[in-house]
Amino acid sequence: MNTIKKLLGYVWMLLAPSIILFLLYEAYDKITKAAAALQSNVILQWVIILLVFTPICIGLFIFGTYASKGEYNHLPSNSAEIE
Amino acid sequence: MHQESKQTNIAFVIGASSMGTLIEWYDFYIFGMLATIISKQFFPADAGTAALLSTLAIFAAGFIVRPFGALVFGRLGDLIGRKHTFLLTLIIMGGSTFAIGLVPGYATIGWAAPILVLILRLLQGLALGGEYGGAATYVAEHAPAGQRGFWTSWIQTTATLGLFLALGIIILIRTNQGVEKFSAEWGGWRYPFWISILLVGVSVLIRMRMSESPMFTKLKAEGKTSTNPLKESFGQKANFKMVLLALFGAVMGQGVVWYTGQFYAQSFIETVCKIEFVQSRNIMLIAILMATPCFVLFGWLSDKVGRKWIMLLGMLLAIFTYRPIYQTFLNIANTHSRIDKIDLTKTVASAVKAKTDSKDPTKIYITQSFDTAYTDGAVFKYIKTDTLKLGATYNALIPIDSLNPSLIVSKSAKPNVVVEKTLGHAAYWDMIWLVFIQIVYVTMVYGPIAAFLVEMFPTKIRYTSMSLPYHIGNGVFGGLVPFLGTLIVEFTKTSSNPTGDSLAGLWYPIGVASICFIIGLIYLTNKIDKNVMD
Repeated sequence: MNTIKKLLGYVWMLLAPSIILFLLYEAYDKITKAAAALQSNVILQWVIILLVFTPICIGLFIFGTYASKGEYNHLPSNSAEIE
Repeated sequence: MHQESKQTNIAFVIGASSMGTLIEWYDFYIFGMLATIISKQFFPADAGTAALLSTLAIFAAGFIVRPFGALVFGRLGDLIGRKHTFLLTLIIMGGSTFAIGLVPGYATIGWAAPILVLILRLLQGLALGGEYGGAATYVAEHAPAGQRGFWTSWIQTTATLGLFLALGIIILIRTNQGVEKFSAEWGGWRYPFWISILLVGVSVLIRMRMSESPMFTKLKAEGKTSTNPLKESFGQKANFKMVLLALFGAVMGQGVVWYTGQFYAQSFIETVCKIEFVQSRNIMLIAILMATPCFVLFGWLSDKVGRKWIMLLGMLLAIFTYRPIYQTFLNIANTHSRIDKIDLTKTVASAVKAKTDSKDPTKIYITQSFDTAYTDGAVFKYIKTDTLKLGATYNALIPIDSLNPSLIVSKSAKPNVVVEKTLGHAAYWDMIWLVFIQIVYVTMVYGPIAAFLVEMFPTKIRYTSMSLPYHIGNGVFGGLVPFLGTLIVEFTKTSSNPTGDSLAGLWYPIGVASICFIIGLIYLTNKIDKNVMD
């Protein structure tokens, strides 16, 4: 199980930037296709989506990094282990 | 006697915490429940779907800012105590909700209207970000070991009951006033916002009687409170990695299941299936009422069998059954499949009615409704409205079908068509059961999660540490379900398929819940931490 946790860690590390790239592609695609009158609205929507999901994907990448290093092989059972 | 006294004490703790939390949820949700009316009041009249999307974006903004509220008030709660912090959040929430009800419409103050509403919505989000972590922490720190899931599950009912209260009050006022009066600029839709200040006032008085959490009091007496809970929560890897695990392994999936089963379901039934306003909300109300006891059931069960498997099972069931459930919603409301069930004896077209525009007496709205009745008791109403611009003021004494055509300067290119479907008894209950199933999933993922989060973090940084992943999971992932779901469906619309794929929006919650399920399955433990006093 610990091996699976570590291997999946690399998956999360790959997934995080993939999500950002996908969102950037979709943003470019939708903004360029939007009608002129709606373009500012569409730009605003995608700026919000990217601003929200970028830090989350960074968090997912960090999670993947920790997992790949075995940080989740043992979870703390009391506060002393955290401190 | 001592046992009875402890039970009474915890019952008061639950009641006092829950009431305030329920009201904060109510305050937060009335905005979403009234999204279609708010989009018409605070945005230009001809903005159409763009206005609704913008309103949903403002609704979502309140969710997105919740994590910031979690940081601000979580830190405050770990520094000065739980009680005073969530008294403050209640006051901010009540005040901003009341103020939303006072903002004039776009027709009166232009773009200042949506800007003011956005600012107040952000304040709501900040306040809620501080509320939940405090209430859950407060109750959990009073609960006896081995019963934490059961006692905290009462707090877990408040979000759904807040939704229930919001729906109930809105229906009551709308039924009493009628559609037109309710939807007017200063109409009944504002009353739920104003009512909030009364509810908040009562809750503040109750909360002022509460004592501080015993664990926090003990910590403070021993001089062991954190001097910098933010740094300890997120600056130390040992705790930060648990914050990330809580988010990606549990709360992210819980958030999308919660909002899909309640908000997205309600929005889908109303705007896609076109079920009549009051009936769509009654469907939600009845399903919520039936499913709410399951919060306590699964909270109690999690004390016996652990938290992890109950939450993951709820996510898994949601992943596999959302699409079939929503396809069934569409089938129930589908007109074409009902052609052989039309009851011609009751199918009628109403008389044509004319109404003058309140600001321009030369503009009139010609309305006619067509009621198609079905043998199963359903009535599907199509209300067609044409806008005519006349060369002179319209004389209402002249029947509209006698109007001299030479008076017409222009006519709307396409009529505005509003569809309202009222379901027959059997179909109505089918919809209720389908929503009920989704809310049972909600109770499975949400019932145990307060205890789960409390048990992950030490007392001195608990408020901060559990609040942030909770509000990112629910506020961001969950809160964006209606907005992203609607947007994804818009993306599937083409010239050859103008209605798009109505089920496409479900891929967002299904995708997020799937990732969360895998992470939770592999990385979470089912062990219950009996001692949270450390």
